[in-house]
Amino acid sequence: MTTAPLLEIENLSLAVPAAGLTIVRQASIAIAPGEIVGIVGESGSGKTMLGRAVIGLSPPPVKHAGGDIRYLGRAFSSMSEAELRSIRGTGVAMIFQEPMTSLNPSMTIGRQMEEGLALHGGITAPERRKRVLAMLERVGIGADERLLSAYPHEFSGGMRQRIMIASAMLLRPALLVADEPTTALDAVTQRDIMDLLVELTREHKTAVMLISHDLPMVARYAGRIVVMQNGSIVEQGLTSELLAAPQHDYTKRLLSSLPTRGPARPVAKGDALISVDKLVVEFRKNGGLFKRASTKAAVRNVSLDIRPGEVVAVVGGSGSGKTTLARAIAGLTTFQGGSVTFRGQAMSNGDAASRRDYRKHCHMVFQDPFSSLDPRMKVGALVGESLRALPEIPRSAHGRLIEEALVDASLDPILASRFPHELSGGQRQRVAIARALVRRPAFVIADEAVSALDVTVRAQILSLLAELQKKLDFACLFITHDLAVVEQIADRVIVMQDGVIVEEGSRDAILDNPSHPYTRKLLSAIPLLEPTTAGGLRLKWRHADAAMQ
Amino acid sequence: MRRLPLNLLIGGVLITVLAAMALIGMVWTPYDPLAMNFAATLSPPSASHWLGTDEFGRDQLSRLMTGAGTSVRTSALTVLLAVSAGTLFGVVSGFMRGWPDRIIMTLNDVLLAFPGLLFALGLLAVLGATEGGIILSLGLIYMSSVVRVVRGTVLGLRAREFVEASAVMGNSRLYTMWRHVLPNCIAPLTVLATSICGWAMLAESSLSFLGLGVAPPSPTWGNMLSGSRAFLDQAVWLVIFPGLSISASLLGINLLGDALRDMLDPRMRIRA
Repeated sequence: MTTAPLLEIENLSLAVPAAGLTIVRQASIAIAPGEIVGIVGESGSGKTMLGRAVIGLSPPPVKHAGGDIRYLGRAFSSMSEAELRSIRGTGVAMIFQEPMTSLNPSMTIGRQMEEGLALHGGITAPERRKRVLAMLERVGIGADERLLSAYPHEFSGGMRQRIMIASAMLLRPALLVADEPTTALDAVTQRDIMDLLVELTREHKTAVMLISHDLPMVARYAGRIVVMQNGSIVEQGLTSELLAAPQHDYTKRLLSSLPTRGPARPVAKGDALISVDKLVVEFRKNGGLFKRASTKAAVRNVSLDIRPGEVVAVVGGSGSGKTTLARAIAGLTTFQGGSVTFRGQAMSNGDAASRRDYRKHCHMVFQDPFSSLDPRMKVGALVGESLRALPEIPRSAHGRLIEEALVDASLDPILASRFPHELSGGQRQRVAIARALVRRPAFVIADEAVSALDVTVRAQILSLLAELQKKLDFACLFITHDLAVVEQIADRVIVMQDGVIVEEGSRDAILDNPSHPYTRKLLSAIPLLEPTTAGGLRLKWRHADAAMQ
Repeated sequence: MRRLPLNLLIGGVLITVLAAMALIGMVWTPYDPLAMNFAATLSPPSASHWLGTDEFGRDQLSRLMTGAGTSVRTSALTVLLAVSAGTLFGVVSGFMRGWPDRIIMTLNDVLLAFPGLLFALGLLAVLGATEGGIILSLGLIYMSSVVRVVRGTVLGLRAREFVEASAVMGNSRLYTMWRHVLPNCIAPLTVLATSICGWAMLAESSLSFLGLGVAPPSPTWGNMLSGSRAFLDQAVWLVIFPGLSISASLLGINLLGDALRDMLDPRMRIRA
């Protein structure tokens, strides 16, 4: 492009002087009008702080430490606070990650959206309402007058993010900073939102600074990609070139940690270890004085078998009932119908002894390692607690078993005397895995066990899980919304939608040849980076035909 | 080396002085706090009576030291009663939910609905104005806030994954409550306990001032203050020193509570 850049970031450094940290080092990026630039990096890479600096919303401890940002050739440092404010909104707008908290819950949608127009536009009130409604219709919410007097809690997460986009785009900004705009949403909604965002910004010729940790997603929408690590830009270039021939080691590492398909394993044989038959889980909504109590079925008539040594993945969007299913199998939620059978013993009406037996052989790894480990217990005690329920193992053997489990999970046994808060996210998830495997369970439930982790850490944990699964040969129920994870680890895939199983089959059959439209839609929502013969990667669209359904 | 926070330093010094006064006062005082000396009534602070004497010629320093013991004892026992009973009910209520929760919370709301001092006055009228009665009635009043705080914390912890993980491991509910839920309540409880300690000390003084505390002639800060009112224009030291003791102790406890909260709250720790 030959046009003058819209925004130039030049040798920008940001620091937290109080803590002696430099969080962004000498970053230089130029963004042309109408261009989509992706900023990719893991947590702590400084990508969010860079985005915040562009809109002038750095949190107070962060201080400017050199360099400058120029908007249409004018340096931010030479502008007064009033001038900066006039640029915010009309010049540069922002969309935040969490649509639940970025809309004011006590203000109606209409008033919230009008706020910006009233501040910047000098437009009359009826005209403002007309514009807001038109924009709401444009983002697919609808053009009903009544929507304006609705409150944020009346909308779902995806709808709220649409509203956020609508209110940012109302002012027709020249640059939109989108910080992880779809991370909190499930895959299908994520794709819808991103498509909408790109369409809208293209219509208004708005440039986008797309900040995300999700490299395939960014690669799909951005024309150029900037890779950040530890506050420095390590590489930037055209998306296709960067994918095909990454220069920097870190970029290569990022790309290679994207999940790839493991070899297909022979189908597990033998009797089912866990057998779920026509399971029904209902949630009661408490009625008030004047409201009748109602029930909502989260899982309806679900049947599945898991054989010893088999990895079964359950995938689905949010609200598909996959987590509820896992919790019911783990015995954390009571179910209203059907049965869960473990080695021929029914759990629903099982006596205490068989229940205890089940507990011994089943364990769970949770999503968030920050909350699944008791913050007041040391790592050794956390792992050792798992052995408490096994009286047949003498206490004298506990120390050795704990050490073995930590080593198995690739952790230094020295960490046994640390508290969870002293460990990194990846290390904590390893502790959770050690805790689950120290008692050699026959069956492990992993509920979104890698979703909260950074890309490179996620790859490590996944390969660790796969390796341990091979070594210890436990059956595993893997709950996830991330199909890339399925690709790497699952033998069999179950697809859920609205509480029912819509498709089920071997991994290769489901991923390569899905028959149910929902499965196709799920697959098409996730961009895939495919290795090329030249050694790089290129973007591949899966089942693009289903995308527009 | 990190600098000691100012509130911890001042609070610590004040509380140490208070504790020392109370402890020494139990075994030794310059004079017998009850011994009257009509040769030296209402004498101002001097070399022989550092803080002066009251209308009966009793040494005020000795009386303050004995009173400190009473204050510390009653407030400590009140805190112990309120925290132990409140934690028990709070944990049971928050962890069991269902009907135990409903019964405990209803009774607790009834307790909360009464103005504290009024409730204590009523109870003391029944129980008699003894130290035991004061501790029991104040303990009951402050228990209700402990129940609230503990129940809220437990409700939050219940939803955390490590409590579920404990259930998945096959641990009993009692064990989970003891090993995982209770230790995580300690931080908010410590902060609340220090505030209760301050409230109890003030309430005990107020009750003594109103004549419903420990009966004269045994000295407490409250009844010393009450007795000195009549001599305000002749012997101002009789008002100043008990009042100063009460204020300094409360200030110390509150500062210490602030410091504890700062230390126990991990978010505050990061910022420091």
